[in-house]
Amino acid sequence: MSVDTTTVKKIASLARIAITDEDAARIAPELDNILGWIEQLGEVDTSGVEPMTAVIPNTLRLRDDVVDADPLTGGGKRDQLMSNAPQGEHGFFTVPKVIE
Amino acid sequence: MMTDLTDLGIAAIRDGVRAGSFSAVEVADAFVVKVARAKALNAFLVETPNHALAAAKDADAARAAGEVLKPLAGVPIGMKDLFCTAGVPTTAGSDILAGFTPTYDSTISQNLWDAGAGMLGKLNMDQFAMGSSNETSAFGNVISPWRRSGGSNADLAPGGSSGGSAVAVSARLCPGATGTDTGGSIRQPAAFTGISGIKPTYGRCSRWGTIAFASSLDQAGPMARDVRDCAIMLAAMAGFDAKDATSLKLDVPKWEHGLSSNLNGLRVGIPKEYRIDGTPEEIDALWQRGIDWLRDAGAEIVDVSLPHTKYALPAYYIIAPAEASSNLARYDGVRYGLRDLPEGAGLQDMYAATRADGFGEEVKRRIMIGTYVLSAGFYDAYFTQASKIRTLIARDFERAFEQCDVILTPTAPSAAFALGEKSDDPLAMYMNDVFTVPSSLAGLPAMSVPGGLDKHGLPLGLHLIGRPLDEQGVLNAGLAIEERAGFVARPEAWW
Repeated sequence: MSVDTTTVKKIASLARIAITDEDAARIAPELDNILGWIEQLGEVDTSGVEPMTAVIPNTLRLRDDVVDADPLTGGGKRDQLMSNAPQGEHGFFTVPKVIE
Repeated sequence: MMTDLTDLGIAAIRDGVRAGSFSAVEVADAFVVKVARAKALNAFLVETPNHALAAAKDADAARAAGEVLKPLAGVPIGMKDLFCTAGVPTTAGSDILAGFTPTYDSTISQNLWDAGAGMLGKLNMDQFAMGSSNETSAFGNVISPWRRSGGSNADLAPGGSSGGSAVAVSARLCPGATGTDTGGSIRQPAAFTGISGIKPTYGRCSRWGTIAFASSLDQAGPMARDVRDCAIMLAAMAGFDAKDATSLKLDVPKWEHGLSSNLNGLRVGIPKEYRIDGTPEEIDALWQRGIDWLRDAGAEIVDVSLPHTKYALPAYYIIAPAEASSNLARYDGVRYGLRDLPEGAGLQDMYAATRADGFGEEVKRRIMIGTYVLSAGFYDAYFTQASKIRTLIARDFERAFEQCDVILTPTAPSAAFALGEKSDDPLAMYMNDVFTVPSSLAGLPAMSVPGGLDKHGLPLGLHLIGRPLDEQGVLNAGLAIEERAGFVARPEAWW
């Protein structure tokens, strides 16, 4: 398996990162090298091994079913949430037009 | 002549303020001056002298009123810029968070303020904590205060990703600093700069309000001058937090109270797989000295095997980028941070332009690796396989801990290298974490303590790994090494 420029452009597009042809050509051998090194994992026999899902055994908790159970993560924070928006109007985030 | 207060560590400051030997404001003032004069190190991204002074005034007022002082009353600290701090810009070392000023504090920073600590400033770091040399920050390299002996003026890497934290503590700009560790980001910079740092068991420290890199691995921890200071600061940072689904609902042990360097009956495991070809002789020699020191403290040395060690680093470079590619999807130019909207561009173009401009090279590289290994057709071959290998690595440790109580290894495969020396070769850079990544994958507590100097006069660290939740065992073995290593070297101020 090798990573070529076309693959890099495809990955960049999936990751929503704009990339020039020049950069894609430069990055391809780098990624190829790293992924080639990662390939060695294939030699490990993992049959019958469960993939790890939790590194330290823990149980999922349920919080009390009340509104704003935690004041920091509760609601009513529109202005705080909007305070770092690059662009907002009337209490909404604004983006370029998406529907013609 | 009065003691230079910036020579004091956390315990000495806390005790001195309590005893009235000096005021908390005197301490804060002394560090504020040091920070302001150390611009050449580029350790601080934002200086917050008023925050430190306000906490100090509170400590002095509490003492004057005869109140019981808080655990960190009068102690000013540095805060890695990965932690959200209310009203203080937080960037994670990245342009994509330009202009972002959190309206809330992370649980870790809030816990520290609640314990009485004040903040001297926000510390530079590898962008999104991705790096081992602090060369990926959008705001310039952090320069190690250490120089090779023999008149070399080459700027050295402080290690990463918590490079600013390591430098600030090592150059005496603050007595302690927060770090975060995903694959070694507390321990490797601590080793490079001759300080101590501990990554607790995954789940001890809340991740809420800490900018995410790889959520199944990220853990906060303290970086400080010695083991006792780490124990004190970790106790203030740790604790259950309902806002983090993986936070452990456990009481915080009294680690400082439990410190003991008497290791009678303790079994220390030496994993044979950590003897890697090409490791400098000095690292092996240091490791042997560490073994001798622990034996001298009463421990029994046993050989152990961690057979899947060689697969830890490649597994990490699937798991961490995969999680990062998902976590960093939130930076879209809509809700916070940078927005790049080219003339006439639509929404998708805005996302792509914003992320191309805002993320640094290493961050993009890891997002792309993560995107690739998670993409249709590759998920099982890469991500599932890596997750299975992670299970095997954790099992290796479980089996080793049937024969021993704590494991000793070197922290890093070399002393600090020069800035620029490895930045063109991602794989060579990744190798820095070869000794620290396995314990991260297994979620175990682990710490680096200074062990000695290499032939160029640069610090080398020893690394202790413990059972889940056994921070005490790690700290105690660290203390035994600290007492025997007698590490007093410090960088000569050139900045």
